[in-house]
Amino acid sequence: MGEPGTKELISLDELEAAGNLRTGRKHILSILVENKPGVLTRVAGLFARRAFNIDTLAVGPTDDPTISRITLTLDGAVHPIDQVTKQLHKLVNVLKIRDLEPEETLARELALFKLAVDGPQRTEVLQLCEIFGGRVVDVSKRSLVVELTGSDDKIEAFEALVRPFGLIEMTRTGEIAIARGRAET
Amino acid sequence: MRAVDALMECLKAEGVEVVFGLPGGANLPTYDAFYDAGIKHILVRHEAGGGHAAEGYAKATGKVGVAFGTSGPGATNLITAICDAMMDSVPVVFITGQVRTELIGTDGFQEADILGMTLPIVKHSFMIQHPLEIPRTIHEAFHIARTGRPGPVLVDIPQDLSRADIPYEPVSDVHLPGYQPTTEGNQKQIRLAAKAMANARRPVIYAGGGVVNANAAPELRELVLSDRFPITCTLMGLGAFPAPHEQWLGMLGMHGTRAANYAMDEADLIVGIGVRFDDRVTGKLSEFAPRAKFIHIDVDPAEISKNVPAHIPIVGDAKNVLGRLVTEYRALSADRARLEDWWQRIEGWRQQYPLRYEDSSDSEIRPQFAVQAVYEATGGEAIVTSDVGQHQMWTAQYYDFPEPRRWINSGGLGTMGFGLPAAMGAAVGCPDRTVVCIAGDGSIQMNAQELATCSQNGIPVKVVILNNGYLGMVRQWQELFWDKRYSHVDMGSFPDFVKLAEAHGATGVRLTDKTTLVDDLKAALATDGPVVVDVRVTAEENVYPMIPAGQAARDMVG
Repeated sequence: MGEPGTKELISLDELEAAGNLRTGRKHILSILVENKPGVLTRVAGLFARRAFNIDTLAVGPTDDPTISRITLTLDGAVHPIDQVTKQLHKLVNVLKIRDLEPEETLARELALFKLAVDGPQRTEVLQLCEIFGGRVVDVSKRSLVVELTGSDDKIEAFEALVRPFGLIEMTRTGEIAIARGRAET
Repeated sequence: MRAVDALMECLKAEGVEVVFGLPGGANLPTYDAFYDAGIKHILVRHEAGGGHAAEGYAKATGKVGVAFGTSGPGATNLITAICDAMMDSVPVVFITGQVRTELIGTDGFQEADILGMTLPIVKHSFMIQHPLEIPRTIHEAFHIARTGRPGPVLVDIPQDLSRADIPYEPVSDVHLPGYQPTTEGNQKQIRLAAKAMANARRPVIYAGGGVVNANAAPELRELVLSDRFPITCTLMGLGAFPAPHEQWLGMLGMHGTRAANYAMDEADLIVGIGVRFDDRVTGKLSEFAPRAKFIHIDVDPAEISKNVPAHIPIVGDAKNVLGRLVTEYRALSADRARLEDWWQRIEGWRQQYPLRYEDSSDSEIRPQFAVQAVYEATGGEAIVTSDVGQHQMWTAQYYDFPEPRRWINSGGLGTMGFGLPAAMGAAVGCPDRTVVCIAGDGSIQMNAQELATCSQNGIPVKVVILNNGYLGMVRQWQELFWDKRYSHVDMGSFPDFVKLAEAHGATGVRLTDKTTLVDDLKAALATDGPVVVDVRVTAEENVYPMIPAGQAARDMVG
């Protein structure tokens, strides 16, 4: 139907709308931007202006000092991701955007947990720490600080487990991500 | 040479013919360079006037407009024009002075973070960090403003950097790795579009300002005439297809014709070209064109499927895409007779619901009649600008634009006070054309100071005020939707526009008689220099037909 080079016409019934779709899953966008003043403001401002909600955001240098990477996560149930990326592409300082495929992506986040644990509870927390591959980086009489790296699921699972012991404070970096194998982000 | 002298060289290299601006402390070095740079500069009375004049110039000529302002209030006064240019995709470069670098961040005198304030309303912006950046940045600004989907670009130059000495070498290339607009439409998609169009039984072509921006009116005309395609244009697209014409349905949208809106409502295929499915066009989105599939052609990929999901998206410059679409369509030799039923249906609406108003039985001037009189007096040959409100809609309805770039108004932002400065810019850009600003008595007062600019520079704009003594569109909504509670819309009979004109060195005329209106307007148009015509029109006239806000096309009233 409607092959190029033929006179066969397209039946309108066969046409399907593209774009503006909500995927219903979390998306990680890896955005390469020029390392210039105000670029983060432009990206963040765009999200505010278009009423897109950023879940997490991490910014850092890349192997090229003129280029920075912004990794941000957002909810594909709330926003049409193609509209978000198309708007981002319009920013002159944005060089490349990759909507990372979950199966092909390694995503990591760093979190620090300050836990009010003493006495016998310590052993339990240290066990959890070991299971999750966390590290105790500070110890005082009444508290521990645990450093943990992993996907956001893992961080959240750990948080749920240690919260009953007394979570004083927690800080998270937001995810950064890279594609597996040879693909470039 | 001084960086500001290099700036002047860059403007010349970009072919800048005229700059609209106003000097102040932070751009004193720039204005010193203007003193003998040999670039025409029009001294405006308010930076907003300068910004809109640059827009009017750009819209009338298709070239990049340029507006200058100083730091602080000079820059903030430009904001409305910047936002207006963003909404209507107008290529304008705004160059502002900034306080000295050592004062930035200290709340110094006349310091305003204009770059920060305008981030959401610019296509791009630059803050000069080093004087050596100035030449390249200026060229990048022009390149970004004019290419792809045009828009405003701001360049903010701190005072101390602008007076630094730099070695100037002409810049012949710009390199913007993150900016590569797609102008060439995908051939397969274009072919697919042609095949869908050839099979459509109830097609409508819906064209907008993007066609004007791309100078694609000839290609649009060819496409429309390559079959019996019904064509409607948005407010911004008027003139992209020459009106009147048997295939022309009139404008669509909130105050469009019933024929255009009903055709969209019943269409099976809508071909949107350089349009953005604005709420003033779609009405209630969930009930917009419920039977239609959409081909959407636009140079800005983010517009496609933003409001209405497209079935055949084509990213590209309208001129490029339409030219090839015509070729593809013609090759299909589609059956013209298939559109017979559709045209009968459209003809029915045309017969039943022509644009109409009840004319007065005495000498009172209906505003619609006044617009028709301007059309007659100008032979339809003028560049017409407008402000925003009832007079704008009546002009869009009753003045048939035969060519693009003849109709210049503020569509997206809806900026009152746009018309006079825009007319000024258009007249500077097109000195051989009659330029008429059709204004309301409310909106003209928002930038009436530019009459002085016109008088001083011999810019012969003709301002026709449809004076009903009200903020008419707001009054209309209060009448229709707020129980006639006329809250703060009565402008009284102030000012005396004839005296206002005279005080500004322009000619002022007051017209109240329908029977002599066309001749009186002809006389006013023939008067040298700027002229203000105060046309007293029926006070409580409404713009009809109308899709009430948030409702669907088939719910049109009036």
